[in-house]
Amino acid sequence: MAHSSRTADAQAGTAVQDHGGQQHPIKLYLLVWGLLFVLSAASYFVDYAGLQGVLRWSLILIFMVLKAGLITAVFMHMAWERLALSYAILLPPLALIGLLVILLIESDYTAATRVIELGAR
Amino acid sequence: MESKFQGQDQTLLQQGYSGFAADWGSDQRVFKRVSWGKAMMWILLLSDTFVFACFLVAYMTARSSTTAEWPNASEVFALHIGGHNFPLLLIAIMTFVLISSSGTMAMAVNSAYRKARTPTALLMLATAALGAGFVGMQAFEWTKLISEGVRPWENPWGAEQFGASFFMITGFHGTHVTIGVIFLVIIARKVWRGDFDRDQRSWLSAGNGDYEGVEIMGLYWHFVDLVWVFIFAFFYLW
Repeated sequence: MAHSSRTADAQAGTAVQDHGGQQHPIKLYLLVWGLLFVLSAASYFVDYAGLQGVLRWSLILIFMVLKAGLITAVFMHMAWERLALSYAILLPPLALIGLLVILLIESDYTAATRVIELGAR
Repeated sequence: MESKFQGQDQTLLQQGYSGFAADWGSDQRVFKRVSWGKAMMWILLLSDTFVFACFLVAYMTARSSTTAEWPNASEVFALHIGGHNFPLLLIAIMTFVLISSSGTMAMAVNSAYRKARTPTALLMLATAALGAGFVGMQAFEWTKLISEGVRPWENPWGAEQFGASFFMITGFHGTHVTIGVIFLVIIARKVWRGDFDRDQRSWLSAGNGDYEGVEIMGLYWHFVDLVWVFIFAFFYLW
């Protein structure tokens, strides 16, 4: 590994080491652990306080995205992987979010049709 | 160890977007400096993401297209303790247990790369214990709901799709947790015995101190926690 000091990786930081593994400080893991606890408590509080409507949904989504991001980036080491892997894993689910939005728009239309045609309340 | 990343250190890897383009346009392999084990775990997790996403999309579509009232999860999953009703209490405890198990798993990965065998094995066993506790609480929750009359085709509170969505989503997630617990125990035992330190290849390790198997196990376990984040948000809190 004598040549490694001249590689771009070595200049960029210490993320990729000789054994190819992911060694990161325990302090960082503990910080993320604490943040996940706080975010979970916050999203539980949204329900406990009985918040409703757009405020409830947006708070739930914000806390969810933050938690998912922390787990993926730090615990699963995605922040230190090469972009080729990160994008291969992260881009397809983004397409699914598009599907979700389209289906939700359609479901509104389905519910309306059911009310009109079946006379359901 | 050398054989796992054969030939990869010979090339000067580019960073950023040009590195991304170069990796995908390169000969023979795309995922540079990633062992086949880790790449395959990520691909498994991606396909699992699709499975769970399908469930959640189907649930959300059913929920918003049904004309019947959707049962209020806050009340359905409330616990009655000492004359007080705590909304979603059990689910909140399950969430904290699973997050804690992710924390111990992350510490186990850290210990593994320091080649500290005993802490690694103990932290993995702690992770497995928390996971087993989670599955136990889920079994309790299932029992409670079934005794209250929740079935995949009906329930006492409203839209019929509630039961099917609940059993499908939490059942698949619980299965994943159970499989994770089993594998945690298997790998913890191997770490404890020092199998990864021997000069011997296995399906989990290249030998001679290759502890990447612990990190790959960690990827699966954190994914299980990740899926719960989405289930917690969309099914229980929404």
